[in-house]
Order: sequence, then C-alpha cells, then structure tokens
Amino acid sequence: MKILVCMKHVPDMESKFKIAADGRWYDGGDLAWRINEYDEYAVEQAVRLKEQLGNSDITVLSIGPERVKEAMKKALAMGCDRGVHVLDDRPSDRDAMAIATIIAAFARGRNFDCIFTGMQSQDRGSGQVGILVGEMLGLPAVSTIVDFSCNGDNRYTVKRELEGGVRAVVEVRGPALFTCQLGLNTPRYPTLPNIMKAKKKELLTVPVTELAGTGNVQDTVQLFFPEKKGGGLLLEGEIPELADKLIAILKEKTTVLA
Amino acid sequence: MNMLLVAEYRQGKVLGNFHELLAFAAQLQGQPSLFIVCDVNAPPAFPGRVYLADVATYKEYDPSSHQKLLLEAVRREGAEMVVFAHSSYGWDLAPRIALALGAAQISEVTAVVDGDCVVPACNSKLRRRVKSLSHTTVVTLQSGAFSAQAPEVGPSTIIPLEIDDATPYTFQGYETAAAGGVDLGKAAVIVSAGRGIGKPENVALVAELAKALKGEYGASRPVVDAQWVEHYRQVGTTGQTVAPKLYMACGISGAIQHLAGMKKSEFVVAVNTDKDAPIGEIADVMVLADLKQFLPVLTEKLRMV
Repeated sequence: MKILVCMKHVPDMESKFKIAADGRWYDGGDLAWRINEYDEYAVEQAVRLKEQLGNSDITVLSIGPERVKEAMKKALAMGCDRGVHVLDDRPSDRDAMAIATIIAAFARGRNFDCIFTGMQSQDRGSGQVGILVGEMLGLPAVSTIVDFSCNGDNRYTVKRELEGGVRAVVEVRGPALFTCQLGLNTPRYPTLPNIMKAKKKELLTVPVTELAGTGNVQDTVQLFFPEKKGGGLLLEGEIPELADKLIAILKEKTTVLA
Repeated sequence: MNMLLVAEYRQGKVLGNFHELLAFAAQLQGQPSLFIVCDVNAPPAFPGRVYLADVATYKEYDPSSHQKLLLEAVRREGAEMVVFAHSSYGWDLAPRIALALGAAQISEVTAVVDGDCVVPACNSKLRRRVKSLSHTTVVTLQSGAFSAQAPEVGPSTIIPLEIDDATPYTFQGYETAAAGGVDLGKAAVIVSAGRGIGKPENVALVAELAKALKGEYGASRPVVDAQWVEHYRQVGTTGQTVAPKLYMACGISGAIQHLAGMKKSEFVVAVNTDKDAPIGEIADVMVLADLKQFLPVLTEKLRMV
C-alpha cells in the first residue's frame, strides 16, 4: 500500500510572536519550530497502518524553507520511509487553495492508496487543505477523525468527532484521504536507533515552482494582536505572596470561601 | 448581497447555530436564503426561500450528495456568499463548495471590518484580516462570535432539491461518549488542568486544590487526549459546558474550544507562565506563576482559611 502523509512546520504556540515587517504574517526569526500537532497524529496513523498491513511505503511531504527538513527527519524516525521536501521560502504567502494545489500536483499519478493530513494547522488554522487535496484528486475525504480502522480490502471505518462528545461513524472505500484530530492515537517518540536509521532515508527536495499552480483566491491584509478586553488583573511576584493575594481576592469577589 | 446560509441537522434536530448565521447576514445587510438537508415535513421557520433536501435520502452526513445539493442551491440563488458555522459539519463541507466554485473560503470568522473578515491565528494569540479575491466567497463563522438572532416571523418559500449521486461515503450512525460519575455542571468550583501541568503525576496538584475549594477538577483537551484524566471531566466544545461560581484554569492556554465550554463561569482565575495566553482575555485574575510551585502553596494556605 502506498501512503502519503502531509505535514506542516509551525512555531511552538507558547512562543512570543512578533509581527513581520510587512505586517501580514509573524516574524519567523526567533521562533522554536515543531511538527504541527495535528500532523503528528497523521504521521502516527500512517505508521500504524503500515505496521498493520506490512508491505507498505510511506511518503511524508512538507512545504517550506530549508528548516522544515528537521521536522521531516523526525517523521522519518517515527517510521515514514521517504520524505519529499517542497522547497518554498515563503509558504505563508500562499492560501489554502494554493497549498492544496501543490500537494495534489505531487500526488496526482502517484497512486497513493491512503492519504493522511492534520485537520488544521496550529498557526493558520483554516482546516481546508486536507479536504481540498481529496477533492482535487477525486478521492473521498473524511475530516476530523478520532478513530481509524482499516478493514482490509481497502475499506476504512472511521469516527468523526462532532460537538458535545458525539461521534459519527463513516465507512469509505480507498483510495481515500483522512484529516486527523487530536487524540486519534498516541504519537510515538522516535527511538535512538530509529533516529540513526532515519538519517539514511531518502529526503528529496523539489522546487515549489515545479508543482505550484493557480494563484491565491484570498489575501491576508494584516496580522495583529487582539485588543486586550476588560480589566483582568495580572498578579506577579513571589509564590506565597501570590497565594495570599489570590485568597484575598476570592474572599472579596466570590462566595466560594464563605 | 445574496447569501445562502447553511443550516445543520443532527440526530433528528435542526441545530440552533443557524441563528448565528442570521445575525451575520443582518450585520452585512445581506439578503439571506436557507439551505438544509432535514426532515422535509419539519423545516426550520425562516421567512424566505428555504432550499430543502430530504434527509431520508441524503443522510445526515454525506459530503458527496450534500455538496451537489448545495451547489445546486447556490446556482439557483445566484448566491455571492455561502455561510456555514465553523462546526464539524461546516468545516467538512465548506472546502468542497469553495473548490467547486473557485471561491475563497475564509475559516472561523470572528468579525467583519470594512468588508474584510477577521479570523484567529496561532491558537487565538493573533488575529488575521483577510480579503476575498473571488466572485463568490465561502465563510465559516466561529461559534458564538455573532450573537444568535431568531428569524423574523414570515412565510417560507420551500424549494425542494433532488440530485442523483453515487456517494462513496456510508454514514453508519452515531456514538455518544460514555458519561462518567461526575457532573461538572453541578460543581460550584472547578479547577481544571491544561497542557501546562506537564506530566500525569501533576493531576494530583489540581485535584488537591479542587478538594481544598470543595469543588471538582476538570481538564482541557490535551490532558484528556493524553489519557491523564477521564473524558467525562473534559471542559470544552467536545466535552462539557460549565458555568461554576469559580473556574480556575491551570496551565490552560485558552483555545477557543475550551473557552466555549467555560466562558460563562462567574469568576475565572488563570494560572499560567505565559501572560499572553488567550485565557487572559476572559480571566478576571491571571496569576503569572508556574502551577507546579503555586498550586501546592495555595492549597496549603486554603486549608488554613
């Protein structure tokens, strides 16, 4: 079985963000980068599928500048077989439609049986790319899965997460695409031997110009910090003093200590 | 502007979230029509054109037939904007519509400013202002961003829709998460653990504090996903919605899905090392501290109160 996993390199969300000079995205300079959290579940599910079926080959694809190779190496160490790095210095200039066009251009004609993506990225969060890729390739695409099983014979039963703790059970026949929600599985930590092995795996770089198609259908005008609403009180200082202050506030403003 | 609002139907009920779509349409002074796949004998009250397809034929979840039905409605209506809720139904169907129309999809809209949409970025720490460049625009609206507005009273014009479709999706039904032994909805105090607790052993710090406050402990999604805390203690869109007298968010950044489950709490205290965490937007008090040091001290002092 041929499996494709798409992943994005995103900043750690705990980072101190700064707006870039053009005012339209964040400054990528001083940030710590990692695999988009949703995509880690996608990688893990791909590896589990290979472990279940045997005789499979997993390609991991990522679009971005040179640094994304570091994250791809982690995916290779988790169990992907080969990497395709689509070299693009400014992927944030492309909208979801343009990114999906690139992925679909790569996947078209390569006959992947199963494609996994995260359900959204942590930075842009549009939640569109996976489904768009499925639609562009003419494959069934099921979003937000929290449970996955392959019944052999290229049939998949998945559970979609809905609101309020409800799940929808959906069956599709492959080839198919799935977008992965948090909690789908428990992504593994790469072991040292697998990290060493990953260094020898193929990591091909493709210039984005070979795959890019249409232009954007939307434009980011501005990225900005939201206005701080309301008068939330910030308490800073030594721990015991903070505890005393908070208890005083709770006594004054709530009835829970009465 | 002609707008087509996409209402949702689940487990035999029309979901109330289309009232938020109505508020959005009113804010933009659009002319809204409604699309829904539901029981044809019980369409929602709506004063205007209702494009109606039969759920008995097209199921509650079938992106293939729903896409074709909705495209037919968009075509007949000449809609310039297709409006969804940013929900499990909306974010699944919207991109399929956007692609077929060559339209920009703007996801999780929280506001409209001078014709541009505002959406969250980077876990709600930032906002992005986005302009559509296409003739038709597809939007999904963040839950709660536009205050629900009941439809005006007036006659509906029902327009039945039918299409032929060999769908590749088989919808088999629903599963509901097992309820646990704790009803967080009844607790006066809830102390919740977020990703910032770092390791499962630290759940005890939160549980101890909850006990000292005579309350219950809860958790945000990452902690439940990691199986450090049972699902029935999860607060948020996919867990429970709570409104206690005191909500303490410990090491919780404040993703919108979590905020949606607790923002009606009377008093909110956040304990976090990141003072820019979005939880700060709704917290009455933000304690800037490492919860691993702060919680045991606070618990000890509360026991002496």
